[in-house]
Amino acid sequence: MGERKEKSEQGKQSIEKKPIATRDAYGEALHELGKKRQDIVVLDADLSGSTKTGKFAKAFPERFFNIGVSEQDLIGTAGGLSLTGKLPFASTFAVFETGRAWEQIRQTVCYSNLNVKLVATHSGITVGEDGASHQAIEDVAIMRVLPNMTVIVPADGIETKQVINAIADYNGPVYVRLGRSKVPVVMPDDYDFKIGKAHTFHLGKDANIVAMGIMVTASLEASKILKNECLDVGVINMSTVKPLDTETVLNASKICRLIVTAEEHSTISGLGGAVSEFLSETNPTRIIRIGIKDDFGCSGTSEELLKLYGLTAENIVKTIKEGLK
Amino acid sequence: MKSTVSEKDIAVLREKAKTLRIEILKMLTEAGSGHTGGSLSAADIVTALYFYKMRHRPDDPKWIERDRFILSKGHAAPVLYAALALSGYFDKTLLGTLRKLGSPLQGHPCSRKLPGIEISTGSLGQGLSIANGIAIGLKLDKLSSRVYCLLGDGEIQEGQVWEAAMTASHYKLDNLCAIIDNNGLQIDGHCCDVMCVEPIVNKWAAFGWHVLDINGHDMEAIVSALNEAEILKGKPTMIVARTVKGKGVSFFEGKVEYHGLAPTHEELERALKELKG
Repeated sequence: MGERKEKSEQGKQSIEKKPIATRDAYGEALHELGKKRQDIVVLDADLSGSTKTGKFAKAFPERFFNIGVSEQDLIGTAGGLSLTGKLPFASTFAVFETGRAWEQIRQTVCYSNLNVKLVATHSGITVGEDGASHQAIEDVAIMRVLPNMTVIVPADGIETKQVINAIADYNGPVYVRLGRSKVPVVMPDDYDFKIGKAHTFHLGKDANIVAMGIMVTASLEASKILKNECLDVGVINMSTVKPLDTETVLNASKICRLIVTAEEHSTISGLGGAVSEFLSETNPTRIIRIGIKDDFGCSGTSEELLKLYGLTAENIVKTIKEGLK
Repeated sequence: MKSTVSEKDIAVLREKAKTLRIEILKMLTEAGSGHTGGSLSAADIVTALYFYKMRHRPDDPKWIERDRFILSKGHAAPVLYAALALSGYFDKTLLGTLRKLGSPLQGHPCSRKLPGIEISTGSLGQGLSIANGIAIGLKLDKLSSRVYCLLGDGEIQEGQVWEAAMTASHYKLDNLCAIIDNNGLQIDGHCCDVMCVEPIVNKWAAFGWHVLDINGHDMEAIVSALNEAEILKGKPTMIVARTVKGKGVSFFEGKVEYHGLAPTHEELERALKELKG
């Protein structure tokens, strides 16, 4: 997909507004941060080209540590560095970072509440052709369950850059979930990310979609389509999945008949899980969770896979219309 | 290499190790559960570290120039607690609260609850990676502090240990000295029966470490090895300390069942008699 074509189609958009993968935004943000802060160190597990930490590595080789194909050691080494006052960013693919090294994250990082930033790329099924082995669709669930952990899923490149700066100023373990493929810019120019604060595009009287990551874009499209069918459906970007912005969720649930969650993740224990857990105890609301239904991914282009697993604006529209019947 | 420590100092360290063993046995008996064998086998090594080798300030546990100790075999918490208490990190009476509700002396070390604990451990195989990270950080800050990491021999069956072994030699972490408490036993039996870890010395040498093979109860040998490790440049040092599980109490020595059993009050009395001789 040529960037040129995108640009000519959206001629009025500035350079910054062109689609960019969140991993690319991470690479740029990390590089900028490295210039400003000497305490930042970056670790990778042989994927610095893909996770985009390579940009930092090239600029600051003395503060970059390739740990090789060993994710457990990656996490432990990052933990040790944090104990000397450094601010480590540890990156690899989401499935390996959270899955292979889960217990290291639990024991070393979270139990001791270390200031370690886990920024993983290649999350979800939009990894594409590599298939299920490389598609993390459980990572939010297994990070969210850990005490002391903060979980953030940015929707676009602009938000990613703000997230990286925000977590650098926050003391404690953070997991940031990024993607491989280019995504459109959806957050407004005056957006100001704060950990634990959702962004409400607008609230709907019929239904509200609580989305994370790439599903924010699909949700906005769905909302537009439904508006033409006289349904008022709001969209909330819940980029911080933990701690959940409960105030925003509660308010949204009080003004509509249906809450829909949308995530490029298993419907078990991810964003849908978090919203369901909260609302079932505070304001029992009808909730439909859109996501991957207890299944593995498979090979294909990211567009094909999004369609196959129902992670499209069309499927959100269909789900909401059925849900409101 | 001969140690530069006098006979008298070695004798003092031996006495200190005995005191550590006594405190270990008392706290474990009081707790009613915990890991006796592996705490006793490491007592001489930990004594040499805390009362001879390491630069540390019990009244300033976060002193930036301190040497760091990581107890990777976290189940030997009692030996660390005894060393910390006898160093003055906290009141000795706290030892009686081991494993009890509300105590900072958790079953396995918790850094958020007790001063002097660098990092929480207990899940095996993770300490060496952490020690590597600290060693790298100290080098970045151009600090001369050293990092010591104590592992169990059963523990090195964990794959992460070998990931960390590669990292330490790759980054030439000569400010790191690891020690294996090679007591030959693990929960299910002899290491050589459960999952053979030998030849330990060759393995670590093959991973690019400087390896020293010593008797882990010979105080002079421990002190010499720690001194030699400090001088060596360009690679990390592994001290393979050949030890006896339950060392110091005849009826615990070499007994696999005392891996995770605390002494009874009657056993404590007999043990103290032996130790105080």
